[in-house]
Amino acid sequence: MSLALIVLLPFIGALFPALMIRAGRSACATTAFVFPLLALVLLLAQAPAVFRGEVLVAAWDWVPALGLQAGFFLDGLGMFFAGLILGIGLLVIVYARFYLAKSDPMGVFYSYLLLFQGAMVGVVLSDNILLLLVFWELTSLSSFLLIGYWKHLPEGRQGARMALTVTGAGGLAMIAGMLILGDIAGSWNLSDILRNKEAIQASPLYVPALVLILAGCFTKSAQFPFHFWLPHAMAAPTPVSAYLHSATMVKAGLFLMARMWPVLAGTTEWFYLVATTGLVTMLVAAGIALFKDDLKGLLAYSTVSHLGLVTMLLGFGTPLAAVAAVFHILNHATFKAALFMNAGIVDHEAGTRDIRRLGGLLQLMPITATLAMVAGASMAGLPPLNGFLSKEMMLHEAVDTRWLGNGWIVAALATLAACFSVAYSFRYIVHVFFGARRDDYPHAPHDPPAGMWLPPALLVVLVVAIGLFPDSVAGPLVAVVARAVTGGAVMDYHLALWHGFTPALGLSAIAVAVGLGALVAYRRVRALWQAGPHPEAKAMFDAFIAGAAALARAVTHGLHNGSLQRYLAFALTAFTLAGFAAFLAAPHAAGTRALLPAHPAAIAAWVLLVGGCALTVMLFRRRVLSVLVVGTVGLIVCLAFIYLSAPDLALTQISVEVATVILILLALYFLPKEGPQSSSVRADPLRHLRDGVLAIVAGIGMAGASWAMLTRDGSSLSSYYLDNSVSGGGGTNVVNVILVDFRGFDTFGEITVLGIAALAIYALLDGALFGRTGRRLGAWSPDRPQSADRHPMIMVVATRVMLPLAMLVGAYIFLRGHNQPGGGFIAALVVSIALIMQYMASGFGWAAQRVKVNYHAMIGLGVLVAAATGIGAMVLDQPFLTSTFGHFHLPLVGEFELASAMAFDTGVFLTVVGAVMLALANLSRMGRWTSPYTINTGAMDVDPRAASGKEQG
Amino acid sequence: MEFLVASAIGVMTAAGIYMVLRARTFPVVIGLSLLTYATNLFLFATGRLAIGQPPVISAAATGYIDPLPQALVLTAIVISFGMTAVVVVMSLRAYLETGNDHVDLPGDASPEAAEDDWKLRARKPAPAAARGGRGERA
Repeated sequence: MSLALIVLLPFIGALFPALMIRAGRSACATTAFVFPLLALVLLLAQAPAVFRGEVLVAAWDWVPALGLQAGFFLDGLGMFFAGLILGIGLLVIVYARFYLAKSDPMGVFYSYLLLFQGAMVGVVLSDNILLLLVFWELTSLSSFLLIGYWKHLPEGRQGARMALTVTGAGGLAMIAGMLILGDIAGSWNLSDILRNKEAIQASPLYVPALVLILAGCFTKSAQFPFHFWLPHAMAAPTPVSAYLHSATMVKAGLFLMARMWPVLAGTTEWFYLVATTGLVTMLVAAGIALFKDDLKGLLAYSTVSHLGLVTMLLGFGTPLAAVAAVFHILNHATFKAALFMNAGIVDHEAGTRDIRRLGGLLQLMPITATLAMVAGASMAGLPPLNGFLSKEMMLHEAVDTRWLGNGWIVAALATLAACFSVAYSFRYIVHVFFGARRDDYPHAPHDPPAGMWLPPALLVVLVVAIGLFPDSVAGPLVAVVARAVTGGAVMDYHLALWHGFTPALGLSAIAVAVGLGALVAYRRVRALWQAGPHPEAKAMFDAFIAGAAALARAVTHGLHNGSLQRYLAFALTAFTLAGFAAFLAAPHAAGTRALLPAHPAAIAAWVLLVGGCALTVMLFRRRVLSVLVVGTVGLIVCLAFIYLSAPDLALTQISVEVATVILILLALYFLPKEGPQSSSVRADPLRHLRDGVLAIVAGIGMAGASWAMLTRDGSSLSSYYLDNSVSGGGGTNVVNVILVDFRGFDTFGEITVLGIAALAIYALLDGALFGRTGRRLGAWSPDRPQSADRHPMIMVVATRVMLPLAMLVGAYIFLRGHNQPGGGFIAALVVSIALIMQYMASGFGWAAQRVKVNYHAMIGLGVLVAAATGIGAMVLDQPFLTSTFGHFHLPLVGEFELASAMAFDTGVFLTVVGAVMLALANLSRMGRWTSPYTINTGAMDVDPRAASGKEQG
Repeated sequence: MEFLVASAIGVMTAAGIYMVLRARTFPVVIGLSLLTYATNLFLFATGRLAIGQPPVISAAATGYIDPLPQALVLTAIVISFGMTAVVVVMSLRAYLETGNDHVDLPGDASPEAAEDDWKLRARKPAPAAARGGRGERA
């Protein structure tokens, strides 16, 4: 539990600074300080156990169904990094309190910082690699916020974006790599994965996984050729640079390489990928660092170089190199964070961090200068400081390493990098603090308040202490961390200042001599450098991003030009191709099922249907005709349902067909009756050809699939419904029993959707009566001659006579539905049609004055009745919608059956009637709106004006 | 019989797709209706074909057709009515809003979609007295 708390504390803490800033800057900083401090105390409380060699684990179920466990574990490596993150975090929090200006939003800063800190601690303590990936991405995001903290600076924004792009892309690659790794190991827990070295290295997917994971590590740790983002991220405030870009975030890549070292290292691929990258990075970055005039730029490249050094050591793959790597991580974190804070002090107090404008600060800022000299000497690798120790170990390992059979090249290049390292370290000291005092500093330089120099001073004390007494100060820590990295390999090493006269000592001496020489001859060396080519990484990156954006835009706009027709054609093409791919890949030849004979009447119906479809396509611009033809096709489908043993479907289809035709004709009253010339075949034959080909191919596919299906036997779960319909549902019409009983919950959903659709229609139509469309409707003139016989007598009489009959039929269909074809859906449609006929016969205005039914309420009531039936079952301790039925006896009527499903069907009935009537009545209401005439008072009348017009005409 | 049903499904699909790809809303609605028929018939056919074997339990029945696809198709028919109604009304509203029944919105790819046909329509001479009669908004 305390492990999870260590991770959570910074996150919890992140909530407070933004609030506490109202209580003042110091209160804000104190709040931010308390949470990491608590976490650090908790961590140190675990330290004795870790030093005893225990591994602490805290886990809980995450997605038990997938066997996923989320968990944290603490071993030497995790404790080391968590300690670095929390400890240096505390120093940075103090430092930032004095560094940030009054105008900077401090609360936000600390919130971001703690967010980042929590993510980092999460990365180093996660056991589950998926959890680790989440924290990993979170560090990218929070560092984006921190780098771009000074939002007003374009460099800050660009640097933040670049850092996010590069580390985010690497993070994506790493996700893929981790997934492969987890798949090979069969577990998502690091502690399991770390035990599966043989299986992982033997897998054919080892190399892809390695490359992908390394891509994540290299981008995060700014390894060549991804190193370019780190210097640009220096636009961040100095506390951020000191924290993220020297001590923590850039070490995340190193951490992961160290974490994965037991399973991934030791192969040739690992050696050449990791060691080579590290070596190149170390050398190139050290060279660039020497010629940077910006103090933070110099330190940034120096950081890249030192990260390369550690990467190279990890890449060597030997346990001793791993010890050196761990030791250097510790040493680098101390002296580099101190130097970053130092650069921040110089910038803060002298007003610039351009080396060319500095110099001679030794007497003006004695404390700052002393700290810089000690930390800088450690960076240069001078004895008796800690940087010297780990550099010696590095050179010692480099001497022993052969690269492609070559025994000296690694040592030579490492020494060259060390020369540069000495040179830039002394440049930092000499060009800033020594030399003549100047009189053109932007500010008057002086030492900062103690709050700013104490944190680096603390680190410098460590630098010296580790350097003098390595075995007693850092020995146990290095030992326990190295054991965790190497997976418990036994090593013979000795942390000491003096190892005797070794080759490494000789190389160190050469490096110091050459480095100092280069600094003495700095002008000439720099001229040499400036004569060479300088590829500008930012320009290349920007060009790459611009190219990627242009490509994305070209693809997107090529596919999405705004035309829905085109999208639909693309989508249908894709569906068709996918369908054919599936169809052709499966057995698709005709099956052997016995076929039914084709009755001559069926053939005749088929001819009508095909002809109807062909006519629809040919007449698509003549809209009234196409409605009629499509209606024919619908009727034939309905006949097919009757013939093929589906009486319920036939009843539903025919009633829906009528309602649909009425609806479309009502809409067509407003819509143009003919399609424009511009959409004719002649106007654009190519488009019609494309659509025709697509349609025919898709049609062939559907016909083929249907044919393949119909000629085969298939199994279905229908026998359950057939067996249980009477005994379980109390009805003999199995279709109806399924609808209202077995699958009543589906039906409940369906009627709800239908009700919502009707309300949407109402909203669309009601809104059309106002504003612009309302004015348009008000100015409406019919585009066809109107019949003078507005409400014909024959129709009025016929519909009046039919109304009670239709109601009776509806009731009959409804009541018998459970046992014979029929039911709520069909009854509702029949009743709706009978009602809408009244509107048609005598006009909306006339009918609306007489029909007082609120269709909105009817829809709601229907859904409520259906729901109440279901809930009624729950009241009786049964699952939702459990049905019951019984047989009752009434005098005169006799024995009859009553099922609770009947109540449910009533709900269905009410909803469907309400929905259909709401839709149709509102369409006719719109027609009424456009009519220039008053509402007729009689049920039937003649349009006097049209009649008189005729007379005059 | 199976061949007739399979080919009918294919023909209705083809006609439906062709209509759905047209540039004006109305043929799209018609095409959706055709696609609905085809889909419903296909779903129904997954229960295989049978003549004279309705799924109504009785002692005299020789066999029963698969009732489950029928139940699914029955609700599908009703829902597709709802869908057709919404689409029709949407196309109507779009026509009233933009003065044009092109499927693309004005400002998108098709220049045709930006034309307002309503401006070309003859405006009716609205008699003031008659307009007053359209009173009921309820």
